[in-house]
Amino acid sequence: MHSLLNADRPPVFCPGCSHDRITRALDRALLDMGLKGEDLVIVSDIGCSGLFDTFFNTHAFHGLHGRALTYATGLKMARPELNVIVTMGDGGLGIGGAHVLSACRRNLDVTLLVLNNFNFGMTGGQFSATTPDTARVGSGFLNQLERPLDVCRVATSAGAAYAQRCSSYAKNLSKEIESAVRFEGFSILDIWGICPGRYTKRNRLTPQIIEESLAQMPSVKAPIPENQREEYGRHYRNLASELRPVPPPKKIEAQFDPPERQRKDVMILGSAGQRIITAGEILCLAGLFAGLQTTQKNEYNITVLRGPSITEVIFSPDKIGYTGIRRPDVVLALSREGVARRKAVFDSLDNTALVIQAPGVAVPSCKAKIHTADFKSQKIKSDDWALAALAVLAKMNRVVHTEMLTAALKFRFKNKILASSLELVERVKID
Amino acid sequence: MEGNEAVAWGAVASGCRFFAGYPITPATTIFNTMLKLLPPLGGVCLQGEDEIASMGYCLGASMGGMKVMTATSGPGISLYSEHISFAIGSEIPIVIVDVQRLGPSTGSATRGADGDIQFLRWGNSAGLPVIVLAPVDVGDCYFLTVNAFNLAEEFRCPVFIASNKEIAMTRENVDLDAIDLPEIYQRPGPPDGKPFMPFEAPSDNSAPYFLPIGGDVIVRQTSSTHGADGYITTDSAEIARIQDRLGNKLHSAVKRFSFHEFYPEEEADTLVLTYGITARAARDVYREKKHSGKPVSLLIQKTLWPVPEALIREKAEHVQRVVVAEMNLGQYVREIQRILPDKTVDFLGRMDGRLISPQQIMEAIDHA
Repeated sequence: MHSLLNADRPPVFCPGCSHDRITRALDRALLDMGLKGEDLVIVSDIGCSGLFDTFFNTHAFHGLHGRALTYATGLKMARPELNVIVTMGDGGLGIGGAHVLSACRRNLDVTLLVLNNFNFGMTGGQFSATTPDTARVGSGFLNQLERPLDVCRVATSAGAAYAQRCSSYAKNLSKEIESAVRFEGFSILDIWGICPGRYTKRNRLTPQIIEESLAQMPSVKAPIPENQREEYGRHYRNLASELRPVPPPKKIEAQFDPPERQRKDVMILGSAGQRIITAGEILCLAGLFAGLQTTQKNEYNITVLRGPSITEVIFSPDKIGYTGIRRPDVVLALSREGVARRKAVFDSLDNTALVIQAPGVAVPSCKAKIHTADFKSQKIKSDDWALAALAVLAKMNRVVHTEMLTAALKFRFKNKILASSLELVERVKID
Repeated sequence: MEGNEAVAWGAVASGCRFFAGYPITPATTIFNTMLKLLPPLGGVCLQGEDEIASMGYCLGASMGGMKVMTATSGPGISLYSEHISFAIGSEIPIVIVDVQRLGPSTGSATRGADGDIQFLRWGNSAGLPVIVLAPVDVGDCYFLTVNAFNLAEEFRCPVFIASNKEIAMTRENVDLDAIDLPEIYQRPGPPDGKPFMPFEAPSDNSAPYFLPIGGDVIVRQTSSTHGADGYITTDSAEIARIQDRLGNKLHSAVKRFSFHEFYPEEEADTLVLTYGITARAARDVYREKKHSGKPVSLLIQKTLWPVPEALIREKAEHVQRVVVAEMNLGQYVREIQRILPDKTVDFLGRMDGRLISPQQIMEAIDHA
């Protein structure tokens, strides 16, 4: 085969556009590598660079502005054997900046060709991330206020293992492209060119000026020695191959009768760090060991180490509908801020309800029976109060009993934590 | 387990082997679970640099032939929008989980709402239909996720799971093995003998045959307005045909996937219609009303979009009045008003981070 170019759809760039040269150089590079259309995908961005995929008889993916690298990443991870080449302008480079940085950091084997012609050719020559501040462009004076960025310098500092800049008019352009495509890892090639339709209407730019300007840029020589490392996809699969499949969720068969076979609503009011959510989970597991249906609904602040932490557990012999708590049967009051967050609940309690009150935690007056747990003299620390309060509940044979609780702990914990939690449950006294 | 974990297990059961997401409460535990489940199975789980990238990764991988899923909440859906439009117009299968939280904007990360229901439907730049399924409990999260993958594969479109913090992060016992799953469906390849056209569909009501990018046959994908060959077209007849097909393929089939629960009461003159977490309170109300001798019927919709109009008309046929309860300020009720112009349609909503309680529903029924 002498060309991967699409005979039915010849390139339609403006006369004198350097994209035309890049199209032909890319074709040359692909042929020199011996690649066939099905061996590669051209992922094209938006703007004139977004036309590239249509000119080639290869797999093609054309998407939204600046996002070409994201599709390329998905394709490469799904099909590691596929050569993935992205064509993007200086516009896409700007709007997709976060994706460019991520691609540099990640080092997935994708090649990014930046078709850098210093302006938005398709929309009227507005300024881009690479427009010189001295240029006259379609954005009035705005480009005078912003500095153009050096693609290679940004890429290199973001960790690109391969970064190079060159002219569209370079004699060895196809070799530059080939070298970037052959590199195993993320490669970025910043190709400077001329946009006759817009940019050179008001700015002087010739192949010679490009050559001279490139010579004045800080030197860059791909591959970048300090950024060499394992290719991302290979690395990913290596690390993943060491992981063991997660077994399916465990089933719990009922082993006990519960103390009460009717809906019971339990509210645990505590603070971050008191392991309130874990206690709720233990309580649910205990319910499952007694053949009950359970739900657990939590509330805590986004700052997980500070603020109230509240869990609401419902036990029921029947399927549970509403997961909110209307009137709790049991409230474990374990911190002031937890109680403060649900102050209103205490009004709803009737004389069959039970409140277990931890040391120093005042509760609003209510009709419920209050049990003051003497955790201080039993030398139980505040981060154990939630489990200790469950032990109190079990020892009072309310909602849960000790066998249920023990079974739940054995299911949830192992080794040292199991031993210490079983020991705690055993030594908690209720009077 | 919690609803989010059930979604992840459902995805794996469906053959999903690619997930990409950006951390956001209350959807993060889907990412966490997928990260545990997928890599040891040879799958891929990525954390995108943002939500836009996460969707982009998924679209790339889906065109590479994988079953893909992403998960986020309202602020992330906002950023997904450009890629939702892409997936609709260019027929890229993907399951998108929206674990809704109280909005607008960043809103409240740890409080629930069903505030994205119209946004999911209309959050694309052509107004084309999508599929939205709404789970009620942890079991549904599993069941509907598997169905979501089947629908995404069959119709080559984005399928949303409209979850809610109150389902996603509420733990509940569930027996996954007891849930009757459908047969797993794969997007079909083209019949032999004809040159492959990436957007040529077998009928005006179906999705095109699929071949992956990276296979032996060259495949084109494009976000531009395209013809059957995947090249830009300006032929208005061809454009109209494809646009119509994108709507018809879903509208003509919604009867087949109108997931719901219906609790009819012969003497009832009121139908309570609801979805999502609110359905749980409504079930309690239905039972209480039945025992109190003033029964109401109850329809719990699990397919929200396309609106299963035939189902709603049929179930509301014998009542005078419909009470729509939803955790927002009145979104889906608009559809019910549209479909049932002859009925009295009353609305109960709430948008303060708290659940709609059975008591509130009871009052809405009683104080007409």
